Amino acid sequence: MNTAARKDLTQIGLFGLVYVVIALLISNSYYQLIMTIVPIWAVMGLSWNLLSGYSGLISFGHAAFFGLGAYLVALCLSVWNLSPWFTIVLATITGGISGLLVGLPTFRLRGHYFALAMLAYPLALLYIFEWLGYQEVALPMNREAPLAYMQFENPFFYVLIAVILLMLVMAITSMLSHSRFGLSLLAIKLDEDAAEAAGINTLYWKLVAIAVSGAIAGAAGGFYAVVLLIVTPLAVFGMLVSAQALIFAMFGGVGTLWGPVLGAFILVPLSEILYARYAADFPGIQGVIYGVAIIAVILFAPEGILWKLRSLRNPEQGRLLASFASVSSADSDEEILACRNGDSDPEIMAVANLSKAYGGLMAANDLSLSVKKGELLGIIGPNGAGKTTLFNLLNGFVKPDSGNVIFQGQSLLKKRPSKICAMGVARTFQVAKPFAHLSILDNVVLGAYVHSKNEDEARRYASAAIKLVGLLEKSAEPASNLTSFELRLMELARALASRPSLILVDEILAGLDSAAMANVLDVLRKVQVLGITIVIIEHSMQAMVQLVDRFIVLDHGALLAEGSPDEIVRDERVIEAYLGKKWLLDGK
Amino acid sequence: MDGLQHLENFLQSLVAGLLMGSMYGLMCVGLTIIFGVMRVINFAQGEFMMLGMYFAYFCFAWLGSYAFFGGVWFPFMLALLAGPALFLVGVILHRLLINAVTGHRASGLEAEGHYAQLVLTLGIALVLQNGGLFFFGSTPVSVSNELSYSAWEWGPMVGDRVSVFVNQAQTVSAILAVAVVVIFGLLMSRTRLGKSLRASADNPDAATYMGINVDRCHRVAFGFGVGITAIGGGLLASNAPFQPYIGTEYVIIMYAGVVLGGLGSIRGAFLGGLTIGVLQQVSAIILPNQLQNTIIFVCFLIIILFRPQGFFGRKERTA
Repeated sequence: MNTAARKDLTQIGLFGLVYVVIALLISNSYYQLIMTIVPIWAVMGLSWNLLSGYSGLISFGHAAFFGLGAYLVALCLSVWNLSPWFTIVLATITGGISGLLVGLPTFRLRGHYFALAMLAYPLALLYIFEWLGYQEVALPMNREAPLAYMQFENPFFYVLIAVILLMLVMAITSMLSHSRFGLSLLAIKLDEDAAEAAGINTLYWKLVAIAVSGAIAGAAGGFYAVVLLIVTPLAVFGMLVSAQALIFAMFGGVGTLWGPVLGAFILVPLSEILYARYAADFPGIQGVIYGVAIIAVILFAPEGILWKLRSLRNPEQGRLLASFASVSSADSDEEILACRNGDSDPEIMAVANLSKAYGGLMAANDLSLSVKKGELLGIIGPNGAGKTTLFNLLNGFVKPDSGNVIFQGQSLLKKRPSKICAMGVARTFQVAKPFAHLSILDNVVLGAYVHSKNEDEARRYASAAIKLVGLLEKSAEPASNLTSFELRLMELARALASRPSLILVDEILAGLDSAAMANVLDVLRKVQVLGITIVIIEHSMQAMVQLVDRFIVLDHGALLAEGSPDEIVRDERVIEAYLGKKWLLDGK
Repeated sequence: MDGLQHLENFLQSLVAGLLMGSMYGLMCVGLTIIFGVMRVINFAQGEFMMLGMYFAYFCFAWLGSYAFFGGVWFPFMLALLAGPALFLVGVILHRLLINAVTGHRASGLEAEGHYAQLVLTLGIALVLQNGGLFFFGSTPVSVSNELSYSAWEWGPMVGDRVSVFVNQAQTVSAILAVAVVVIFGLLMSRTRLGKSLRASADNPDAATYMGINVDRCHRVAFGFGVGITAIGGGLLASNAPFQPYIGTEYVIIMYAGVVLGGLGSIRGAFLGGLTIGVLQQVSAIILPNQLQNTIIFVCFLIIILFRPQGFFGRKERTA
């Protein structure tokens, strides 16, 4: 556990203690009820936050998990006389499993589509529970053994359980957000493709998130049933439940530990007190308050109160979402990135008869080529020759129509990009894909996770990669502050940190001035010295002729020529298709 | 029940489904125009429909007693008038709120501001439906006249054993719905305004460089979307009782239709809404009443999970 998580735990403990002391001083049962309900909604806010706040996939369906938990506890007690002490645990498990069941199909979607699909789950459940005849399930009182059935005479104990549940969930959130989980989800939020290419199995992390989130919501729902003693479909599956979870988290601060808690602690008492006073004249007042609150937040503090406060206090920090202390150590050795080329096969990658058509356009046309271990292979060709598509085929973003790619003896077909990265193929992008609101170190640490067992190891590799590309003194800055030249070096470092055997480098020199270009070329040579094979797409022939060992020329998705730089610049077909006659006159 | 009885039930549901579906289709067109032009998922669309219903209801209650307005056609006129009225509401709301998180301002925000848009429209939905509870009360009301209780009989067919009854109010509503869709479709394809709306939808930046005021186009599109759905609500109001919370279930019905047709396509949205209407009514033959909407949600989920680009729309990145 790192220091940030330890600090969180201390604060959570103090907070819980203060809350319990206040609760002990209060004897009005109405205020005690509010003090019980507020932590439950804070837990719902945290549950929503764990999935949507960190990953950026907005859920409008958290009522599904909450409602299942509530009905499970209510029905088990009224039908089988099972104690809530046991069934709340069951509700937690049910919430987790339903999270997985919902996530597996729904994570096919992103953005709008994900949000819409999530909306449908609780509403479908709402009508199913009405149809089953559970319009109103009351929890029976158990007079013989009230304690065994979580029935207390003194409402203080409900407050106690609620706050313990909240502290538990906060501790889980803190631990997860300071681990690989938190940073991986932030990466998904900032750029899902880049995360996948950097070796983060995005589906896996999203499933973990929705399972934990669903489990927490299930527990909250179960306890809510115990406190309110009556469960109706609208109260637990209704739109307002999902909306409240979202509103508390967004109001307080998206993707933070204290944000959802703050949101619930401000809005729930406010709406409860106003409801108690004005409900007779204005029955919908709670919904109006929540609606107004969320509209105001979106307009004036789009990421929530905590972020607003943070940016007011420290405006120049930008929007750095990093959860890690961002200092990398200068003493990490670049040598640890050296490629361990185990077998003696001189060929590292073989592409066989690869084809991919977009409509009538052949982006790859029966393409076969081989990459030798340790070489620096340049790929050139006119615009639209299929160079970037080739990279997308090799790293798994695009599935080929036919053909095969063998990397170190294993086929790369039908593998996720993150899996391909784990096998040792890293890449950079033509248009850099940084995780803009993370520090450079965090960006690179994300790339290092794929082959690191723990945080320390990941940070060691990340530091070494940052040192190699020469960005060490900037490693704490957010990626959004970098120039385009530095961004490309950072992407290269992110790729290197995954300890690849092969790096696919896509137009890293485009638009750079000669000094910057020389700098990048130096870095690439250093990478080659480490034994890492490099395949590079580039247009600048001058630079490429100095750098590469061998060229492959593509045209219309097919292999036009291959050979040493000398052979290529004299090749008639290459001159005609790509270099132009002028090259011959100027160059030689 | 014999086979002919089944046939009669089926035909009856099919006709009811087509009539209801036309109104759903109209509402779907309103929703899809907002998405198509602005790329905004509007969760408050069900509430705008609800406002259209109450507009018809209150105008009817205030003016219906005057002999001049007393005719059977008056509720339908009010439904059509709900269009311009809610157009204004939409334009004002866009100016005050929506504009802050859409259009060019949104491109700098997280995920192009999708996040903010979804949540903002959710907030508007909450305020409208709960505010509606205060202003309109929670008792279900309806706008009905003698047409609502009259039906034409088709048949008897198949040797006088099968007759289909066609509700007159629904028929008039469906015809008006189709007419509004056709007129709006022509407006989009034939007029200068329609062209600038489509240009802003296709590529807001390029449209701006061509001198089109994209913010204004968004405002007009939002007004149209809200207004058209409100007409659908007004027409639906002479059919069944409603209360301020009715929007939530209809927003799913609308999205089911829109997604079925492919987000952003007008023709697709109408056909999608029509299909949902038929599905809802025909499923009622075999399913209990409470599950009628569940079947729509399940269909919606199946469509969105397996064919999120829909069946009639343009191709769009969904994953």
